[in-house]
Amino acid sequence: MCNQSVGLIAGVIEKAGIPTVGLSLLQMITKKVRPPRALYVPFPFGYPLGRPHDAKLQHRIIRVALGLLESPEELPILHEFKVD
Amino acid sequence: MAHLEDLKLTHRLFVEAYPFRTVDWAPGACLSKPLAHSRLAIISSAGVHLPSQTPFDLDFRGGDFSFRELPNTLDVRELRISQRSSDFDQMGAREDANLVFPLDRFRELVERGEIGGLNDRHFGLMGSISAPGRLLSESAPGIAQLLRQDGVDAAFLVPA
Repeated sequence: MCNQSVGLIAGVIEKAGIPTVGLSLLQMITKKVRPPRALYVPFPFGYPLGRPHDAKLQHRIIRVALGLLESPEELPILHEFKVD
Repeated sequence: MAHLEDLKLTHRLFVEAYPFRTVDWAPGACLSKPLAHSRLAIISSAGVHLPSQTPFDLDFRGGDFSFRELPNTLDVRELRISQRSSDFDQMGAREDANLVFPLDRFRELVERGEIGGLNDRHFGLMGSISAPGRLLSESAPGIAQLLRQDGVDAAFLVPA
């Protein structure tokens, strides 16, 4: 239910005028909740930033997600993160 | 990617039948300045909190919808996790809390000039909430108001 909670909070903050971007671990739920911007990450529950102590991977995920904030695409923007 | 099949059977059946909620946020907000000049806040629903804060109530019916303010000065190694979801494997986050609350990574991106700065406070919730009524009517608007008050430019959200 974490993926619903995050999507709903994002929606409320966005509505208050602050742009948001969130990670998602479960595409099926995020498609239904429809937050403004989400990056689906291919990791198991409990591992949204990939791997413990893998700063390089964690930076990449954050950069790609934050990039959605600067994207000119129409909202909602729901993208998938690709691991090399 | 996690899949529905990764959930325990009872949880999967629950999720398949669950009436997911949405928020009408249209038309949406835009960044008012480049990321390199923007101040960000992190919101994690992994159930992270400081040892000095009241843990999330794992017996609260429908899920504890309250939130904790997390100071930007905290050391992620001191974070505790109270999480109701048994689908959430906490091993990784206990080893490196950045997995669910990536404050160290954001600090590094600020040092590199990729992000303008971080807000003085971030927010922690316990996202395993099956009855999100008060999350929607109290906690989420409460967090949004504090972010506006702080003049935050964007929020980064992490589920677990």
